[in-house]
Amino acid sequence: MSRQASADVLPTGRASRPAGRRAQPAKRTSREQGAATPWLFLAPYLLLFGGFVILPAVLGVWISLHAWDYTLPLKPFVGLENYIALFRPDSTVSGPFWGSMRATGIFTLFSVPLLLTIPLAVALLMSKKFPGRNFLRAIYFAPYVLGVAVVAVLWRYLLDNNIGLVNYYLGLLGLPDDTAWTTSTPAAWIALVGVTVWWTLGFNAVIYLAALQDIPVELYEAARVDGANGWQQFLHVTIPGLKPILSFITIITLLASANMFGQSYLMTQGGPGRETRTAIYQIAETGLRNFQMGSAAAMSYVLTVFLMIVSVIVFWIFREKKEPTAKKASS
Amino acid sequence: MIKPKMSVRRRFAAATAIGTAAVLAVTGCSGGTPETPGEAFTGEYTGPEVELSYWNGFTGGDGPFMESMVEQFNSEHDNITVVSNTMQWADFYQRLPAAVTAGEGPDVGVMHLDQLATNAARNVIVPLDDLTDELELTEDDFTTEVWDAGVYNDARYGIPLDVHSLAMYYNTEHFAAAGITEPPVDAASFQEALEKLSAAGYQTPFWMPTRWPSHLINLSLLWQNGGEPFGEDEATFGSEAGIEALEWQRSIVDEGYSPSDVAIDSQYVAFKNGQTSITWDGIWQINDLTTSGLPYAMAPVPTIGESDAVWANSHNFFLPRQASADQDKTDAAKVFIAWMSEQSAEWAGSGMIPARQSVRDAGALEGLPQAPIAEQIDAMRFLPPIPGIGTVVSETLEIAVADGVLGATPPSDALTDAESTATQLMEDNAATFGG
Repeated sequence: MSRQASADVLPTGRASRPAGRRAQPAKRTSREQGAATPWLFLAPYLLLFGGFVILPAVLGVWISLHAWDYTLPLKPFVGLENYIALFRPDSTVSGPFWGSMRATGIFTLFSVPLLLTIPLAVALLMSKKFPGRNFLRAIYFAPYVLGVAVVAVLWRYLLDNNIGLVNYYLGLLGLPDDTAWTTSTPAAWIALVGVTVWWTLGFNAVIYLAALQDIPVELYEAARVDGANGWQQFLHVTIPGLKPILSFITIITLLASANMFGQSYLMTQGGPGRETRTAIYQIAETGLRNFQMGSAAAMSYVLTVFLMIVSVIVFWIFREKKEPTAKKASS
Repeated sequence: MIKPKMSVRRRFAAATAIGTAAVLAVTGCSGGTPETPGEAFTGEYTGPEVELSYWNGFTGGDGPFMESMVEQFNSEHDNITVVSNTMQWADFYQRLPAAVTAGEGPDVGVMHLDQLATNAARNVIVPLDDLTDELELTEDDFTTEVWDAGVYNDARYGIPLDVHSLAMYYNTEHFAAAGITEPPVDAASFQEALEKLSAAGYQTPFWMPTRWPSHLINLSLLWQNGGEPFGEDEATFGSEAGIEALEWQRSIVDEGYSPSDVAIDSQYVAFKNGQTSITWDGIWQINDLTTSGLPYAMAPVPTIGESDAVWANSHNFFLPRQASADQDKTDAAKVFIAWMSEQSAEWAGSGMIPARQSVRDAGALEGLPQAPIAEQIDAMRFLPPIPGIGTVVSETLEIAVADGVLGATPPSDALTDAESTATQLMEDNAATFGG
């Protein structure tokens, strides 16, 4: 059916090629149009992409090679010194920077698995038919529409160890009520990861939900006929069906977690000490508050390299594994 | 085809010329005393109507007062309209250099004393020496420290509007219940007050913050102990005076007068809720506490060390560097600064202390809660005018004090480490700003 439809909408010029070869002048005009048309269609986006992505990325490399303070007339060229300083333990920038990379690593390590599994559970629940389903879907998605400032300030007061409601209720339940959620680790990490999961799980859940609805019902029926129970259906029908979307969700969640800034900036001020100061936090402080754009740009590129490596690993994990399926089919 | 077009254009040009001449003639007649170009600033502004953009960071209880003063200024000056743009101070110091560098800066603004040198070194603000001469503002009318801190490389960059310091706020109900009649003034009486409050059932009478304004408490005590946080080109806050100050702060937690891990702002919220009896905070909180209905009073920060000293800062008017100089706007901005400086008595209502001795002597503070603090004005200490000092403090001292109060690091280790980093940062800054 689909093949028929696509044949219908194909341009006549392409559908009947031999005819086109005979009519030489007509073909030339169509090719001339073809040369400019894609660029014209691309132009609006290309302009934005070039102006706001390519150009800054290239300029960033240039800035990272200078002691760049944009308020000063002199921006001396320092070569790779900004990068070297990051790797020299006795410089003022390396300690805070690698501390912040570690903080980003810890946050990503704990938030990504939770942001991949909890939204999936929520989505599975929400794909069932039951009364009040739309209402519950809205409830789960609701926190995501709040800004980071609202979320962070709200939770900062709720989690305050001396005046906050969370510890108060924990005390009423007979649980320890003196956890310093925002001023001590590891409690601060639990708070930051918890708040982030609460805040963003709705987004991942919606993507999962859409993907779940794309899995053909026939597959589940076939599995049931073969005697698969609920867990086996989940393992052999749902998970493979979600696979294309899974790599997408993993990558965007990874990048979002690695870019965490607002939560620690507003909830813990990077504290205790600098322990929850993330890489983006450190880059913003260096570049925008201390005006050391060169050093901040160098930090950004080091972070970028790390994120690229992680992304490649994720793509490699989710790559199409043709051999195993072929073996399975033959056996 | 081209000729008629040209003739139309020529006709249009002629009409414009006539129109301009007519306008010039009209303004020439009605202007009265047209200003001759290059004339020096006289304290009056008689030029054409101008609109001044005025940037400040008065987002707290001080905001409405500044707004009403601006309105009053606008109604008294027909040819000047001041439009204020208020933003958080943190954003202010980030945006101002960016805006000025892009040629989009304001015409006039207010910033803190300890930021003047930084922004002067960055060429964000311009010297104001001619203005102080014309306004006949002299050191005699100001506290020496405030006046001197506005000078960088022998040029004056700021006109002080006010001074504001830390103060001790206390809950009068709690004090009455504990039988304390006079606010404590030194280490012994402060200790006694804490003991009495604990005995009266106020378990944690003095919450010690880990973040803002904890490093200001530390600086106050360091000065009281006879120390200095910064030398010419090195940090010295890790001295014995500073370590002693931080040890005292931590001891408040260890002795149980404060809960541990007091997160940002919670000591203030607790004070407003009546959960704690004493808090040290800036005098800019006065209006907020008054409107909250809390029974409170204020007194100078007690002298825990050997001599009276308290951290203070000052709001200063400045003129930003302009991409294209507009003499009219500069003159109008100077009129605005002069007027504001003279009207600073009204500004006292915001909780601040007017910077000018003459304004204070005229009774601007009579009956206001900050009056007892103003008497301590000679004990107020300011951070030195070293470019980049603000970020040095926030990157080193603030974090070290937080670690010390949290008990995560012994005070001496925390401060000594931070001190050497701070010295390194100051050396970097000196290189950046050309010393």
